[in-house]
Amino acid sequence: MNHILTYMTFIPIAGMLIVLSLPSKAHNLIRGVATAVTVPPLLMAIWLFVKFDRTQAGFQYVEQYPWISSFNIEYFVGVDGISITMVLLTALLALICMVASFGIEKAVKGYFALFLLLDGAMMGVFVALDFFLFYIFWELMLLPMYFLIGIWGGPRREYAAIKFFLYTMAGSVLMLLAMLVMYFAATPHTFDMTKLMALHGAIPYATAIWIALFIGFAIKIPAFPFHTWLPDAHVEAPTAISVILAGILLKMGTYGILRINFGILPQETAQLSYYFLGALGTFNIVYGALCAMAQKDLKKLVAYSSISHMGYVMLGMASFTPQGIQGAVLQMFNHGTVTAMLFLLVGVIYDRAHHRDIEGFGGLASIMPVYTGVTGLAFFAAMGLPGLSAFISEVLVLLGAWQRYPVLTAISASAVVLTAGYMLWTLQRMFLGKANEKYLTLPEIGPRELFTLVPLGVIVLILGVYPHAVLDLMSASLNSLNQLVLSQQIALQ
Amino acid sequence: MSLSSLQSLWYTLPEAILVVTILAVFIADLLPRSKDWVGEMALAGVALSLLATTSLADEPGAWLFGRMVVHDPFTIFFKVIFALAALATIWMSLGSKEITSNKGEYYGLLVASTLGMYFMSSSSNLLMAYLSLEFVSLTSYVLTGYLRHDRRSGEAALKYLIYGGVASGTMIYGMSWIFGLTGSMDFAQINSVLTHAQVNQLALFIGIVLTLAGLGYKVAAAPFHMWVPDVYTGAPIPIAAFLSVGSKAAGFALLMRFFYPALSHSLGGTWNVLGADWASLVLVLSMVTMTIGNLTALSQSNLKRMLAYSSIAHAGYILMGFVVLSDEGLRAMMFYMVVYYLMNIGAFLVVMIVANATGREDIEGYRGLAWRGGAAPAVALAIFLFSLTGLPPLAGFVGKFYLFAAVIRQEFYFLALVGVINSVISLYYYAAVVRTMFLDFPQGDEAPVTVNVREGALMWSLCAATVVLGVYWAPVIALADRSLRFFTG
Repeated sequence: MNHILTYMTFIPIAGMLIVLSLPSKAHNLIRGVATAVTVPPLLMAIWLFVKFDRTQAGFQYVEQYPWISSFNIEYFVGVDGISITMVLLTALLALICMVASFGIEKAVKGYFALFLLLDGAMMGVFVALDFFLFYIFWELMLLPMYFLIGIWGGPRREYAAIKFFLYTMAGSVLMLLAMLVMYFAATPHTFDMTKLMALHGAIPYATAIWIALFIGFAIKIPAFPFHTWLPDAHVEAPTAISVILAGILLKMGTYGILRINFGILPQETAQLSYYFLGALGTFNIVYGALCAMAQKDLKKLVAYSSISHMGYVMLGMASFTPQGIQGAVLQMFNHGTVTAMLFLLVGVIYDRAHHRDIEGFGGLASIMPVYTGVTGLAFFAAMGLPGLSAFISEVLVLLGAWQRYPVLTAISASAVVLTAGYMLWTLQRMFLGKANEKYLTLPEIGPRELFTLVPLGVIVLILGVYPHAVLDLMSASLNSLNQLVLSQQIALQ
Repeated sequence: MSLSSLQSLWYTLPEAILVVTILAVFIADLLPRSKDWVGEMALAGVALSLLATTSLADEPGAWLFGRMVVHDPFTIFFKVIFALAALATIWMSLGSKEITSNKGEYYGLLVASTLGMYFMSSSSNLLMAYLSLEFVSLTSYVLTGYLRHDRRSGEAALKYLIYGGVASGTMIYGMSWIFGLTGSMDFAQINSVLTHAQVNQLALFIGIVLTLAGLGYKVAAAPFHMWVPDVYTGAPIPIAAFLSVGSKAAGFALLMRFFYPALSHSLGGTWNVLGADWASLVLVLSMVTMTIGNLTALSQSNLKRMLAYSSIAHAGYILMGFVVLSDEGLRAMMFYMVVYYLMNIGAFLVVMIVANATGREDIEGYRGLAWRGGAAPAVALAIFLFSLTGLPPLAGFVGKFYLFAAVIRQEFYFLALVGVINSVISLYYYAAVVRTMFLDFPQGDEAPVTVNVREGALMWSLCAATVVLGVYWAPVIALADRSLRFFTG
C-alpha cells in the first residue's frame, strides 16, 4: 500500500477512461461502473483512517518522483492530519453522489465520465504536496465542473456555469502568479511545499504573495465579497454536483489557506489573519445567515447557509488556539456531511414536486414522515444542536476564538440565533401546518435516496457524541501548525 | 566558419527540395493525368524537406552564401515548425471544399511561402531578411485572394497587400537607417559596430522602431494588427491556419534573430541591449497587443474572426518572452510556438470540418455541435480552445507557464499581472464557443457534422499532442533549449 494515494487519485481517472469506452446507450452499465469505481478509493480511505499514525505531525504515505526536472517540479503526494480528513470526506461523498446521480437521464456517459474526472482531481488537490501539482489538480476541477453545471444544470445553468468558471479562474491565475513569485523568491527555487515550509517564511514579497493566495482561496470558500458565484452555481447545479460543490470544493479554499498560507507564510498569517480571516469570517457568518433568512428557494437557502457556516471555519483558523483551529477543520468535515445531506434532501423533494419554493409546501410531515425525520436531523445538525456533529465544531471554534477576539466571537455566537431562526422557520413552513392539497400523493423517500443519506446521518450522530474519531486524526498536525504560527506571532510582539 | 557557395549547397538541401517541389507541382499541373495529384506531391515534397532539415540538425553552425544565410540550431527548430505547419495546411487543403480549382497554383504558392519562411528564419543579413519577408508576404497575398469568386477573399487580399506594402516600406526605411549608422547589413557586423563604436542613440532608436513595424506586422502585433481579422476571415480556412502559425512563427524567428544576435549582447543567460532601449518599447507593445486582441475578440460572432483576434492576443503573450532579455524568455517563446502550432492548427481544422459540412463559420452555426451526430469535433475544438485559454493539463497552459515564469524571474510583475488578467478575459470568449457547442441544444434544422478518416487522424493527433504536452513536456523544452543557439561566427 505504498502507492495508496496515487491509486485513490488515479482510479477515478482510469474509471473515466473505462466509462468513455462503454457504449453510450448502456445507461445502467455506465452508472454501475462509475459507482463501482468510487468504491476502492473509499475502502482505501477507510484503511487509511484505521492505519493512519495519529501521533505524527508530518506527512505520511509520501510518494515523490521527479516530473519536470528543469523546474524542479515533482510528483509529490502525501497526507497529514489536515488532508486526511478531507480525503475521507472526498472518498465518501464521491460514492454517495454517484448513487445520487442515478436519476440523470441526459447524456449519461458524459456526465459520469466528467464526474469521475472531477473526483480524481479533487482527491489530487488534497494529497498534492508539490505546489505545481496542486495547481494542476486545482485547475483540472474547473473543466468538469463547468460542464456538469452547464449541461445538466437548471434553467440558468449557462450563466451560473460561466460565472463559476470566471470567478475561479480569476482566483487561480492570481495563485499561479503567487506560486511563480514564490518559486523565484525562495532559495532554493522549488515548488516542494515541505521545502517551502522549511524556510519558515523567509521569502521576499511574502505579504503580496499571501494576499494573492488568500484571494485565490477566498473565492473558493467563498468569502465575502467573492461569494456571489456560489448561490448561482449551487442553485443551478444538479443535486449531486451541489453536494460536491458545497461538501468538498468549498473546503479547498480553507484547506489551501491552512496548507499554504499558514504552513509556508506563518509570519504573514500571524499579521494578517485578524482582518482577512477573523473579521471576514464573522462577517460571512452574519451575512450568510441574514441572506439565508430572506430566501424563498430552499436550495438557495442552503447555499447561503454554507457561506455562513464556512465563516466559522475562517474564524476558527484565525484564532491560533488549539481548540479554534481543530474546531475549524472539524467544522470543515462536519459541514461537508451536513450540507451534503441538506442538498440531497432538497434534491429529493425537487424530484417529486419539481419546485423548491419553501412557501409552496406545508404539512409535509404527515405526507412523508421518514423524509421529515431525516430532514429534521439534518436541519438540527446545521443549526448546531447539541448531540449532533456541528455543535461540537462550532463550540470549539467559538471557545478558541473567544480567547483572542471576544468581540468577533460574541457577534458570531449571537448569529447562531439567526441560524436557528431561518432553519426552524423553514421547517415550520415546509413540514408543519396544514398539508398542501396538491402534494397529498407525494411518494415517500425511496431506498436509493435513503442509502445516500443514512451514512451521512450516522456520521453526524457519531461525531456528535464522539468527535475524537476525527479530532484525533488531525490534532498532532494542527497543533504543530498552530505552534508555528503562534511562535511567529510572539516574535512579532 | 563561412562556406563557399558550392559547400553551402549541401546545407540548403531542405530549401532545394522545396524548390524542386514547387517546380514539379507547376509542371504536373500542366499535365492532365498528374493534375489531380499536385496536393499529394506537395505533401511529399515538404515531408522530404522536413526529413532533410532534421538530418542537418547535428551539423555545426556555418555562414552560407557569403554570410547571407546562416545554419544553426535555431533555424533548424523554426524550419521544422514551418514544415509541420505546411504539412498540416496541405493535409487540410486536400479535404477542403474551398480548394477546388487551380490546385497547381495553390500548392505551388503554399510551398513557395514555406520556402520564404525557411529563409526568414535563417537570414543573417538585412537584405536577405527583407527579401525573404517580402517573398513570404507576396505569396501570402495571392493565397489569401485564392477564392476568386468570393468578394471577402479579394478584399482581404487587397487589404493585406496595402498594409503589407506600408509595413515593409517602413521596415526597409528603418533598415536603411541602421545600415547608415553601422555601415553594414550583416547582423554580426552590426553587432560588433554597436558594441565598439558610439552611434547616435536617437537615430538608432528610430531605425529600430521602423524595423519593428515590419516585423510587428508579420507577427500580428498591435498597432500593425489591423489586417489580421479581415485576412483571416476572407482567406480560405487552411490559409488562415497557415498564416496564423507559419507566418507568425517566421516573424518571430526573424524578430529574435535580428534583435538578439544583432542588436544585443549575450551575457550568458541574460542579454544586454545595445544602443536604444527597445525592450521597454516591446513591453508596451506586448501589453497593448494582448489587451486589444482579447477585448476585441469578446464581441465577435464569426469564429474565424474570433480566432484572428485571439491570434493577435497570442502574439502579445509571446512578446512577453521577448521583453525580458533572457534566454529563458526566448526559450519560452520557442516552446510557445510549438504548442501554439498544435492548438491553433487544431482549432482551424475543426472550423474547416464544420464549414465543409454546414458551410457556416459563424459561432451560431456551432449551436449544439456536441449533440449533432458525433461529438468528436466539438470535443476536439473544446480541447483546443481551452488550451488556447491556458488551462491545465493542456499544452497551452505549459506554454503560458514558461512565459510567465520568464517574466516573473526578471521581475516584470506588472506585465505578468496584465498577462493573467488577459487570460481570464480570454476564457470568456473561448468558453462562449464551448457553451454554444455543449450547453445549447440544436434546434433540429442544423446539418450533422461528421469527421472523415483523414481529417480525424490529424485532429486526434493534434488533440493527443495537446493533452500529452500538457502533462509531460520535458523533451520539447529540452529541444527548445538545445535549439536556442545562434551562430555568430
